[in-house]
Amino acid sequence: MYPTKYTKAASIDDVLAALAAGEDAKLLAGGQTLLATMKQHLAAPSDLIDVRAIDGMSGVTTDGDTLVIGAATTHADVAGNADVQRLCPALASLAGGIGDPAVRYAGTIGGSIANNDPAADYPAGLLALGATIVTNTREIAADDFFEGLFTTALDEGEIITAVRVTAPAKAAYMKFRQPASLFALVGVCVADGAGGTRVAVTGAGEDGVFRHEGLEAALSGNWAAAATEGVSVDSDGLMSDMHGSADYRANLIKVLAKRAVDAS
Amino acid sequence: MTNINMTVNGKAVSGDVPDETLLSEFLRENLRLTGTHVGCDTSQCGACVVHVDGKAIKSCSTLAVALEGADVTTIEGLANGGDLHPMQQAFNDNHGLQCGFCTPGMIMTSVDMVNRYKAEGKELTSDAIRDELEGNICRCTGYHNIVKSVEDAASKM
Repeated sequence: MYPTKYTKAASIDDVLAALAAGEDAKLLAGGQTLLATMKQHLAAPSDLIDVRAIDGMSGVTTDGDTLVIGAATTHADVAGNADVQRLCPALASLAGGIGDPAVRYAGTIGGSIANNDPAADYPAGLLALGATIVTNTREIAADDFFEGLFTTALDEGEIITAVRVTAPAKAAYMKFRQPASLFALVGVCVADGAGGTRVAVTGAGEDGVFRHEGLEAALSGNWAAAATEGVSVDSDGLMSDMHGSADYRANLIKVLAKRAVDAS
Repeated sequence: MTNINMTVNGKAVSGDVPDETLLSEFLRENLRLTGTHVGCDTSQCGACVVHVDGKAIKSCSTLAVALEGADVTTIEGLANGGDLHPMQQAFNDNHGLQCGFCTPGMIMTSVDMVNRYKAEGKELTSDAIRDELEGNICRCTGYHNIVKSVEDAASKM
């Protein structure tokens, strides 16, 4: 790893000051992607600003049937939280299936969505659940947040502080794992509720996570796996690599969408 | 250089390390606790798993400087004097290793797993053990005896 300077921030103001002072400063939470990337010499930030110790950054609170999940809450804490399990079991199960147990003890929800890996689980979950991403300056709808491969709507110096998820009537996330990386080869989250019928797909799109309008239209008003029978999932715009062709991924999207509806 | 202080295997330790020092490097190179192994450079193999504040994490994916004041347990800290921890004994009794390189990580992950399942009152089936060991890679035994070892230890912990 190239040399870097570590700062443990105690407040958002600390983070902003350290970001301004550093030449190429990056925020650090669980580090399960960033440190691995630094070990490969694919990233060499001048400064790492640890946001985990900031008051209110970790933990889950509720506001009626809305979950407010601190950005530095680990996957294990989301998966094991009684309120998440009660209001949105799909999200608890998604978090409990990320990576492996050691990754879940360290990795955080804010870190995952700020990175927006095209095969990460949380982007599909939050997009399907119509989540709101709360930052130090504003609130961003998930529909506007995930912009493309490793790209989000976050501005320079903007820090995710929490994620808000309102309990859906029904939801589930299903993925087909790439067994070596433990990322999703394809993952599909389906949700139905006040926010409408939403289907989000990770691991497949060339531009990262996306919603599938055809599956949403089929499931809207007819929440049953069989309702998706007539939907054709186009392989245009889907990734093709050594682990699976675009056609294979297109088929997986439909298979996983059905399994998710059945599981919801 | 940053001065760090933590508790490792019950003893207060400190050291001056560059900020980019990983916990695995601090344990192995500063403290000479070489039981924690580093088997890959991609954070995937799990040989480096140790307990930090009671949770099994990958020491190769954690900065030492972020752990000021933390309580760390490595494979060297599991045995009670001459008595092996039940998990260590079970790996021995069930031939849960061949070359032994992955074993420290397997054992630290398994101790956490059994403790967590017991705390939550959940049944630790052999399927659950296999799921839980997803982040620990063994290239010798094919896992059967590792799963047997964890089942054996779980009945004794």
